[in-house]
Amino acid sequence: MNAIILTAAWGVLMMLSGAFSSNKAMAKYLAVAGVVLALIVNCMEMNSGAPFFSIDVKDMLRFNSFNLTFINIALGCTLLYFLLNGSDIEKVGEHVPEYFALLFFVLSGIAIISTFNTLLMLFIGIEIVSIPLYILTGSDKRNLKSNEAGLKYFLMGSFSTGIMLLGIALLYGGSATGSFYISNIISGNAPMPPMIAAGLVLLLISMAFKVSAAPFHFWTPDVYDGAPTVFTSFMATVVKAAAFFAFVRLFENAFGSMHAQWQTLIVILIAATLLIGNLTAVFQQSVKRMLAYSSIAQAGFMLFSLFALNGFAKEGLVLYAAAYSLASIGIFAILIKMNDYTIDGFNGLGKQQPVLALTATIFLLSLTGIPLTAGFQSKFYMLMAAVQKGQHTWLVILAVLCAAISAYYYFRVIQAMYFKDSAAGEHTPDNAVTPSFKALLVLTAVLIIVIGLFPSFITDWLYF
Amino acid sequence: MEIKWYIGLALALFCTGIVGVLTRRNSIIIFMCIELMLNSVNLLLVAFSKMHAASPVAQSLPNVASDAQIFVFFIMVVAAAEVSVGLAIIVMMYRNIHSVDINFLNRLKN
Repeated sequence: MNAIILTAAWGVLMMLSGAFSSNKAMAKYLAVAGVVLALIVNCMEMNSGAPFFSIDVKDMLRFNSFNLTFINIALGCTLLYFLLNGSDIEKVGEHVPEYFALLFFVLSGIAIISTFNTLLMLFIGIEIVSIPLYILTGSDKRNLKSNEAGLKYFLMGSFSTGIMLLGIALLYGGSATGSFYISNIISGNAPMPPMIAAGLVLLLISMAFKVSAAPFHFWTPDVYDGAPTVFTSFMATVVKAAAFFAFVRLFENAFGSMHAQWQTLIVILIAATLLIGNLTAVFQQSVKRMLAYSSIAQAGFMLFSLFALNGFAKEGLVLYAAAYSLASIGIFAILIKMNDYTIDGFNGLGKQQPVLALTATIFLLSLTGIPLTAGFQSKFYMLMAAVQKGQHTWLVILAVLCAAISAYYYFRVIQAMYFKDSAAGEHTPDNAVTPSFKALLVLTAVLIIVIGLFPSFITDWLYF
Repeated sequence: MEIKWYIGLALALFCTGIVGVLTRRNSIIIFMCIELMLNSVNLLLVAFSKMHAASPVAQSLPNVASDAQIFVFFIMVVAAAEVSVGLAIIVMMYRNIHSVDINFLNRLKN
């Protein structure tokens, strides 16, 4: 509760600050202060179990250690994102405090979709996340690619919202007691009525849209490619992880007792997402577009938690969200500093900017899932959960093969950085890369290795 | 009237919306079709709420009828927010290319 209220209020504060001060740097410091404050009050709520304001939410939102831990991870990743990219957000356009305000509203929506207990809150949370993102995607107003991405994201997003609403309406009509509480939709062990089945499939489709799982992924590469790179970084990491968290919580709590009946659909989604994401990423020349496809491929791994729905899967989901967000925020922060987004643009970075190249290597290794990194641990948890489930073992083999394919396109960037020479003066001058930026990158890389060595660092929080 | 007529009408409107989104090329008309989808869901929710309120199970439970009707208000508010953002995006695109045709949306493909 604390995090929801504070982030929403801080968003309003950021907007007002724009009216009174034209200092761009101040907006950044105010935003960092807001996220730190939100992180503190959320931790306090976790420790004490009681929010500052006792609002009777009628059990529409549910705050337990699992949900609050996820909010903590989202806020922590956002803090890192603000610190690494704050000065790049200032370069997108004139309205810097407003960009931060919109990001805070997204955070508020993320806090709602991580704690929802009714379909109403799920819908409102998803919309609070999506609507500011439509604006941020189109925020580079003179750039045609940004316009196009904004319009495409908006049309696709509201279309999938319509599908989700029809699903919610059918679930409400099909439930015996007429309730939006997700635990009351299915009563007893009666066979699924056709209206509930239709609602389930529609919700599955719309959530697959939101997390960009194949075959509902087609908007992702275009939108991620066209949006200003700083905002792509946020969309592809924190927002995507939160959408996944909502997806898994919805299907676990509402339809968990009928898992066997919809598991086949998830198997199809996983296989399609892994294959399409990885195979298409191989052919990309632009690193930004490659990362967009790689985010689809990573979504395939995260879907394993829906396939298994056991203890391992829950831990793995939170771990995966943290590992994937950290590594992607890091690699996007380095990408923004590049003049040229193609893979050739990374040529010779190892000699000119050794710190950037080394940290980028660690981020890419983590995304591939090489041991000692957080990416390996999270992939291990996901596959372990699927093996424990005991069905469809071929899916695990497919996932490992796809991880091997992903090594090809991630390692191409590493190869470009260390084994190819660049034309002189191709990279950013040193003054664009400040020592504090480098220090933060090193901190992110260290965090990834620490989580890779001691995953209990994160998973222990779940059982407070 | 029986509930099936309401379901039929709402689904017919919804499908009209989907067909419109998939076949039309003008972004404002696509947008209108999305609004049609949302409003057909409103109709369906209100019909279901009346259905549940009349059922014997619901007599013992409070709020059963009003929940869905309040949901409809939330959908209206969200749709209004989406309209304001969506029209702003369409106007922004029109300023740059003097067209609202979505055939323009293919520059990112390669």
